[in-house]
Amino acid sequence: MAEPQDPSSTGTDAGAAAAQTRQFISFRVGDDEFAIDIMAVREIKGWTETTILPNQQEYMLGVLNLRGTIVPIFDLRCRFGLGLTTATRSHVVIIVAIGGRILGLLVDAVSDILTVNAADIRPVPDVDQPVDSAFLAGIIAVGDSMVVLLSLENLFSHHGPADTAVAA
Amino acid sequence: MKRKILTVDDSKTMRDMVSYTLKGAGFEVLEAEDGLKALGLLATTRVDLIITDINMPNMDGVTLVKRLRASGGHMSTPILILTTESGDDKKAGGKAAGATGWIVKPFAPEKLLSVVNKVCPA
Amino acid sequence: MPTPTFGSDELAQFRKTFFEECTELLADLEERLGALAAFSGDIESLNAIFRAVHSVKAGAGAFGYSVLVGFAHRFEALLDRLRDGKADLDERTLAALVAAADVFSALIDLARQDETPADDFGADVAEELAALLDGDGPARPAARVASEAPEASAERIYRIVFRPNAELFRHANEPLYLIRELKTLGTLTVDCDLSRLPPFEALNVDDAYLSWTMTLQAECRPAAVAEVFEFVDDECELTIEEIAATPAVQAEAVAVTPAAPAPAARATPTPAPATAARTSGATAGKSAAMSSIRVDLARVDRLVNMVGELVIAQAMLAQQFVESHDREDSAGLQGFEHLAGLTRELQECVMAIRMQPLKSVFSRMPRLVRDVSHKTGKEVRLEMAGEQTEVDKTVIEELADPLTHMIRNAVDHGIEDTAARLAAGKPAEGVIRLSAQHAGSNILIHVEDDGAGLNRDRLLDKAIEKGIVPPGAKLSGEEIDELIFAPGFSTAAAVTDVSGRGVGMDVVRRNIMALGGRVQVVSTLGRGTRFTLVIPLTLAVLDGMVVAVGWEKYILPLTSIVESFRPDRGQIRSVPGGGEVASIRGEFVRLVHLARLFGVHEAVDDPSQGLVVLIELANGSKLGIVVDELIGQQQVVIKSLQDNHDPVPGISGATILGNGRVALIVDIEELTRLNDRSDRAARRADAPPRPLLVNA
Repeated sequence: MAEPQDPSSTGTDAGAAAAQTRQFISFRVGDDEFAIDIMAVREIKGWTETTILPNQQEYMLGVLNLRGTIVPIFDLRCRFGLGLTTATRSHVVIIVAIGGRILGLLVDAVSDILTVNAADIRPVPDVDQPVDSAFLAGIIAVGDSMVVLLSLENLFSHHGPADTAVAA
Repeated sequence: MKRKILTVDDSKTMRDMVSYTLKGAGFEVLEAEDGLKALGLLATTRVDLIITDINMPNMDGVTLVKRLRASGGHMSTPILILTTESGDDKKAGGKAAGATGWIVKPFAPEKLLSVVNKVCPA
Repeated sequence: MPTPTFGSDELAQFRKTFFEECTELLADLEERLGALAAFSGDIESLNAIFRAVHSVKAGAGAFGYSVLVGFAHRFEALLDRLRDGKADLDERTLAALVAAADVFSALIDLARQDETPADDFGADVAEELAALLDGDGPARPAARVASEAPEASAERIYRIVFRPNAELFRHANEPLYLIRELKTLGTLTVDCDLSRLPPFEALNVDDAYLSWTMTLQAECRPAAVAEVFEFVDDECELTIEEIAATPAVQAEAVAVTPAAPAPAARATPTPAPATAARTSGATAGKSAAMSSIRVDLARVDRLVNMVGELVIAQAMLAQQFVESHDREDSAGLQGFEHLAGLTRELQECVMAIRMQPLKSVFSRMPRLVRDVSHKTGKEVRLEMAGEQTEVDKTVIEELADPLTHMIRNAVDHGIEDTAARLAAGKPAEGVIRLSAQHAGSNILIHVEDDGAGLNRDRLLDKAIEKGIVPPGAKLSGEEIDELIFAPGFSTAAAVTDVSGRGVGMDVVRRNIMALGGRVQVVSTLGRGTRFTLVIPLTLAVLDGMVVAVGWEKYILPLTSIVESFRPDRGQIRSVPGGGEVASIRGEFVRLVHLARLFGVHEAVDDPSQGLVVLIELANGSKLGIVVDELIGQQQVVIKSLQDNHDPVPGISGATILGNGRVALIVDIEELTRLNDRSDRAARRADAPPRPLLVNA
């Protein structure tokens, strides 16, 4: 899925210039568009039924067999506090690698691959966001719309069993 | 069925080396650090071969051999004594007590295995 | 002096063990020598010092530390004389011993540092030792059997007459093995002489009646033939003579005299006719020695994984076959059963590659106990058992820290000081027992002490004080014991520099749980404490029983299942405080509803409508697990959940079923704990409905 970075024009500046563009995969959850770093993405697959892990957070949907690896799947809509997804076969699971672990994110649909200049990534404004700002790493303008860049690390850094409170 | 060997030696290094060599060759290895503990183990476990050092606290190797040959379930079990080259009299003493054979230490692993297979072949 | 041909990794490990041992032996030696110097030593001290030097010498020889070996040889020789009473322990000798011990210790240090000492290192002391040995001179060089250079292929013929006497049998030497060994040297013809065999009734089982005359055609030298009999030449009559190839020219055979045993003899060989070199298939004394090879651990891991995948693939294939074929296709089914058996065997072999005995971890403990007991001024003895118990290599590495913690704690906090022990009527010396054993598909490691035991009142007070437990909380005895695993918990009155805050038990528990295991504690005030580590053998395979609970399937370890039954309503009782028990054959067994514990809906709740699976836990107690039904036995490849997820209480791992779906493996050891929590807590309001899969 990962496409090579666009090399920049001049040779000597190649390193610095290449660092200026980053690529993301954007996807839709509900009415909002989000994006994650393409380097973290391993695979995209359709939704299949998971095996439930007992006594987990609501947004933890269980585990899947991914060619022999047991992969936990998380409902992003639910993680954002927007309710559970009624998953169907047309829903999508994005398999990512974070912090040495492989996990899956259930989203509504994948939208696009975005190639963005680092300079065009804006900080998160202080207005009401659809999700907790701790999860957000920035905002990207794509055409008329805003795509919210997610911080995957923060999204799952406090994942634990059901008795710990969830930041809504 | 794996052949079972008991190695008796108060030196951990020696036990480790014997054990490692024998296990690598497919034997099951039990260990005891002196003759007394060996007797205790042998009272409840059958082994196919015993390899014992001579100089040990609590009960030395020659006494162990004598005891084993006197009575019990291991009267006909092959026993090898570990001896250093200067211990010719110890070798003879061990043999006289009833040992089946001996291995000179320090030993090369192949030598150990060849002597073991000599007195206790598969 | 040839060094043994172990791989360099093993050699490094043995070397490490050796130097650890040297430290211990030297310490012992110094102590004993001190006793001798103070005239409070005895023959046992001399024996112990002798053994210490002897052991170091043997090990040093194995690693090629020749100067050390040479010195040790003299040192040992003098000690041998002394303990045999053939020399006097006078002042001069004692001084020499002390000086020798110093040189000895220094040589060991140099060896440890991998430095070669100068050839004349300690020469003056060595000379003094020699002088005391009455001019026996320098150590006799090690008599080694030089490996024979292979002879140019000249066929020889040997005539061997062998008659064992009764003693040979008593020493467990076996003529059959000897004859077989001769066979490996070349072509052997054997003739057995039965003439001395008495009639059956007169047969004495302890006597030797048989003798053999054999002809060996081989390329080996006579020494090789004699070597076959090296252990028995005192216990038999033996003649080995070389004769010419052609029957026409024969050397005069030495007559066999029954009276006196004849050592291996060789008549003057007639020049062997240079027959055309015939390949006689002789392998000059090649033994069936097997060697070992070093393998990169990553390769072994890969092999283990691949075999695991193979097992899963085979299970899936078998399932598909069953689903798409006639049940009556027994040939096909037999084929699959055969395949399953082969795969299973392959898996066991592969697993065995990674197994290692616990001794490498256990062996550090005596030293640790000695150190800590010295530091704390307590008298403690360590007993160990089960060091040969084998566990996967990865597990062994992870056990070192937790065990060290626990043993340290046991000495520091478990065992009381001598005065307290005597006052309590206990022997002054405390005992710590470290043991290991297999139990089903787990390994149990016990760390047990006969110390003061856990003081529950104090524990509870501390816990309340630290806010771990609310004041006025009512906890059962076992629950209070469990408090020691709470993070940051310590009841040490003073912080000792030995174990810091005195506990690391929360870390220990975390480490063990990361291995998929558990730590349990049982304690009696005043009598002692026992910690038990229950660790799965990290075998990637489990014999499992697949059970259905609602829409979910779970795996229970088959080896822990005693039986399963459907109880009558009458067999089921409620227990005050929550929970249910079932009576079976007179005993009451606690019931665990997996559906409740795991939040599974639409499962059978009434045990009399479902099934109770009776399991036996590691500590021998029994539990009844309520399920909907049994699906079937299956060999299951364990996949870790924890590669990509935090540990889930009650679940020890996962597997992939034949239909490709993930099934969770239940951690039965944890169920009791989870059950208690769940029974005591108020029934939760029904969890929100799970999303149903809607077919688009």
